[in-house]
Amino acid sequence: MLNFIARRILATVPVLAIVAVLVFLLLRLTPGDPAAILAGDAASADQIARIRISLGLDQPIIVQFGIWIGHLVTGDLGESFYYKIQVADLIAQRLEPTLSLATLTILFSVLVSVPLGVIAAWRFGGWFDRALMGFSVMGFSIPVFVLAYILIWIVSLKLGWLPVQGYKRVADGFWPYLQHLILPSITLSVIFIALIARVTRASVLESLGEDYIRTARAKGLRESQVLIRHALANAAVPIVTVIGIGIALLIGGVVVTESVYAIPGLGRLTVDAVLARDFPTIQGVILFFSLVYVGVNLLVDLSYVFLDPRIRY
Amino acid sequence: MSALADAKVSGSGPVLEVRGLTIALPLGSDRAEAVSGASFSVKRKEILCLVGESGSGKSVIAQAVMGLLPNTLPVTGGEIVLEGENVAHAGRERLRELRATRMSMIFQEPMTALNPVMTCGDQIDEVLREHTQLTPEHRRDRILAIVREVALPEPERIIASYPHQLSGGQRQRIMIAMALVLEPALLIADEPTTALDVTTQAQILALVQDLQQRHGMGVLFITHDFGVVAEVAHRVAVLRLGKLVELGEKNAVLKRPQHAYTKMLIGAVPSLQTHGRAAEGASEPVLRTVGLCKTYYDRGWFGRRREVHAAQDVSIEIRRGQTLGIVGESGSGKSTVARCIIRLIDPTAGEILLHGQDIAKMSAAELRPLRRKVQIVFQDPYRSLNPRRTVLEAIIEGPVNYGVRRDKAIERARQLMDLVRMDPASLNRYPHQFSGGQRQRICIARALAQEPELLIADEAVSALDVSVQAQVLDLLEDIRNRLNLAMLFITHDLRVAAQVCDYVAVMSQGRIVEHGPAAQVFGAPRHEYTRALFEAAPGRDFAFGSA
Repeated sequence: MLNFIARRILATVPVLAIVAVLVFLLLRLTPGDPAAILAGDAASADQIARIRISLGLDQPIIVQFGIWIGHLVTGDLGESFYYKIQVADLIAQRLEPTLSLATLTILFSVLVSVPLGVIAAWRFGGWFDRALMGFSVMGFSIPVFVLAYILIWIVSLKLGWLPVQGYKRVADGFWPYLQHLILPSITLSVIFIALIARVTRASVLESLGEDYIRTARAKGLRESQVLIRHALANAAVPIVTVIGIGIALLIGGVVVTESVYAIPGLGRLTVDAVLARDFPTIQGVILFFSLVYVGVNLLVDLSYVFLDPRIRY
Repeated sequence: MSALADAKVSGSGPVLEVRGLTIALPLGSDRAEAVSGASFSVKRKEILCLVGESGSGKSVIAQAVMGLLPNTLPVTGGEIVLEGENVAHAGRERLRELRATRMSMIFQEPMTALNPVMTCGDQIDEVLREHTQLTPEHRRDRILAIVREVALPEPERIIASYPHQLSGGQRQRIMIAMALVLEPALLIADEPTTALDVTTQAQILALVQDLQQRHGMGVLFITHDFGVVAEVAHRVAVLRLGKLVELGEKNAVLKRPQHAYTKMLIGAVPSLQTHGRAAEGASEPVLRTVGLCKTYYDRGWFGRRREVHAAQDVSIEIRRGQTLGIVGESGSGKSTVARCIIRLIDPTAGEILLHGQDIAKMSAAELRPLRRKVQIVFQDPYRSLNPRRTVLEAIIEGPVNYGVRRDKAIERARQLMDLVRMDPASLNRYPHQFSGGQRQRICIARALAQEPELLIADEAVSALDVSVQAQVLDLLEDIRNRLNLAMLFITHDLRVAAQVCDYVAVMSQGRIVEHGPAAQVFGAPRHEYTRALFEAAPGRDFAFGSA
C-alpha cells in the first residue's frame, strides 16, 4: 500500500515538469512586452530597455529558463514584476479567499447533488427524476457570469439579504466571512450540482439493477439502507471521479466568479497578472494550480482502493 | 396475527400455500399473464421443486411470494398464504418484516448476488441488525455459528473477507447462511446451483437438504434441471407458460409423467448413457495438437511473477466425421484449448497441426487463408451476434471477406438457413427478433458459411433450455454427418457429452486427466477425477432420455 502511494507520488513529478516547460514557453511566445507595460505609456525607449535589463528579459530564452528552473527547484517562484514581492508570498496572501470559495462550493455541491442523484435514480422516470434532468441541462447551459449577476440582482439588490460584492477575511468574524461567500459559492455550485447529480443518478441507477440490490431487499432491509449501503456504496467510484474533475474545473470557474464578486483571490490574481504580462506571477499561479490538480487526482486514485476492495495495485 | 401465532405453535399446516395465483404481464407482452391461476403448497420439512423452462414464470412466482415483484407485474388474483397469513397484498412494511425472518431467498448467481464492497460478515450482520435487538457480541456469535453450520472453513477469516476473495461455492454458502440466520420457516431457492460446477453443485444440494431437515423448513426450490429435481425434490410442480401443468410426488412425476409437456421435458434430458454409435477410427485427422501449453504471466512491479498454467501438455486429435468432447469444470482450461486452436489466443508452447501443417506459431498473414477452415460457435447466443447487423449480413460477412461474390454468398446463406432448419425469409431480420435457440442456429449457420473442416462448439448449448438444447444437439449431429465435419465439443455437462461425443477428453487444472472413446470413459472411468465428476452428476440414478 505504502509502496503504491509512493509510486503514485513519484509519477506526478514528470507531469509537473512538463507543465513547467509548457508554461514557460507559452508565455514567451505570446505577444506583449512586460517591460513596456510596466513603464507605462509615457516611457521612453531607453527607460523600457533599462526595465527590461533589470528584469533579466534581455537574456536569451534558454538562459531565462535555466535561471527560472534553478530557482524553482529550491522552491523560489521569483519576484512579481508588478507587485514587487515574492510570488510565493503573493499566492499565500491570495490563497484564503480562493480556498474558502472552492471548499464551500464543493461541499455545497456534493451535499446537494449526491442525494438528488440518488433519489432521481430511485424514482427513475418519475417527476423528480425528470425535473432534476431538466435542471441539470439548465445548469450546464447558464454561463457563470450571467447567473452571478442574476443572483446579485435578486438576492442582494431586490431582497437585500446578502452583500453584493467583496470579501471579508475569516479573521474579521465568521458570519461576515460566510455572508460574502454564500452567493459566489451558489453561483459556482450550479454547474457542479448539475454534473455530479447526473453522474450520481447514472451510477446509482446502474448499481440498482445489480443482483445484490435484490438480495438486500430480500433480506428485508429498509429502502434507505438499500440505497445508501448497497446502491450508493457501489456507485461511489464514478461519483468520486467526477467530484475530482469538478475540483479541477473549479479552478477555471473561480477566475470569472472572483471577478464578478470582486473577491481578491487567486482567480483575480491570475487575471491581473495576465493583463500586466507579469510572467513570474502567471507561471507561479499556473504551477500552483497544476500542483493542486495533480494532488486532487492523486487523492481520487488513492480513494478507489478504499471505495472498492476489489481494486488492488 | 393470531392465525400466524397458532401456525407457529402447532407446526401443522403448510408453510406456504399458493392458491390461484395470477400475475399480469404488461400490455404488449407475448402473453397476458406471467402466471395464470397457479396453486400449490409447500409443507414443513418438504422440498417442492418448481420446474420450468425459461419464461415459464417460475422466478416470477418466487418473487411474488417474497413481495419483490416490480410494479409492472401486479398480482391480479389469488392468495399467497405464508404460515396462515395472506401476504399477496400485504403492505410494504409487513413484507419487509417477514423477509429474512419468516421467508428467505437465495439466488442463482452467487458471484453477483453479494455486495462486492461489503465484507461477508457485515452482510450477514445487516440481517440481524435490521430484524433483532441483539447486542454486537451476540450478533457476532450468531454469525460465526451460522457460518460454521454452512460448513465454511475458518469462519473468522471468512466473515472478514469480501465476496471476490471467496469461490463460487463459498459465496453460495454465505448466501445460505444469510438466508437462514434467523431460522425462517420458508426458504426459496431460485436456481441456486445453476451457475456452479457440478462437484460444487453436489455439495450445495447436500447442504440445502441437510439444513432443511435439521431446521424443519419448507423449501421452494426453483430449477430447470431435472437432474437436480431427482436429487432434492420431495414433490415436483411443472410450470409451462405460467400454468401449472403437473404436480405430484417426485417418483410419480419423473417416472410416470402424465402431462405431454412433462413427458417432453423429461424425454429431452440427455441420458448419461453414451449413444453407443461405433466410432470408425480410420478417417483422416483434421487437427492435432501436440503438447499444447498456454501460460499466463502476471507481472508484478518488482519482478514478482505469478504463472497460471491454463493449459498444459494438451495433445488431442480430431478426425473427419467425428466429435471429440472436452469435458471439465470452470477453470479446467477447456475453453483455453479451444481458443488456442482457432488462434484467438496464442499458445505458449506446443504444436497445432491442421492437416499436418503447424499453425501454432504462424503469423496473422500466414494464418489468414487457413482461418476459415476452423470455425467456432460460442456459448451465449444473446451476445455473440452483433445486434445492429441483420442475420444475412452476419452470415455472409465471412465469405465476402474471403472473396466470395455477394450474390453467391447470399444464395449460400439461404441454403444454410434451410440446413439449420430456419426460414430463409427471416434473413433480413435482426438478432433480437429471435429466441435463444434460433440465435444459436444462426451462429451455426454463420460458422458453416465459411465451409469449415473443423467446427468448435464452446458450450454452445449450455445457455439453452433443455427442449431447445435437444433440438440444437440433434441439428449439430445431423450437420456433422451430412458435411462430414470434424467437431470439437467443449462442455461442462456430462449428459450432453455422453450424447454427442465419439471421443472424450476430461480436463482438470489445465491437464487432460483421461482420454478415450466416449463409451469407455463413461462406462469405466479410470481417473479418480472423472469418477468424482460422475459421482456429482445430479440425478444419475434416474434413467432420463429414455422416456
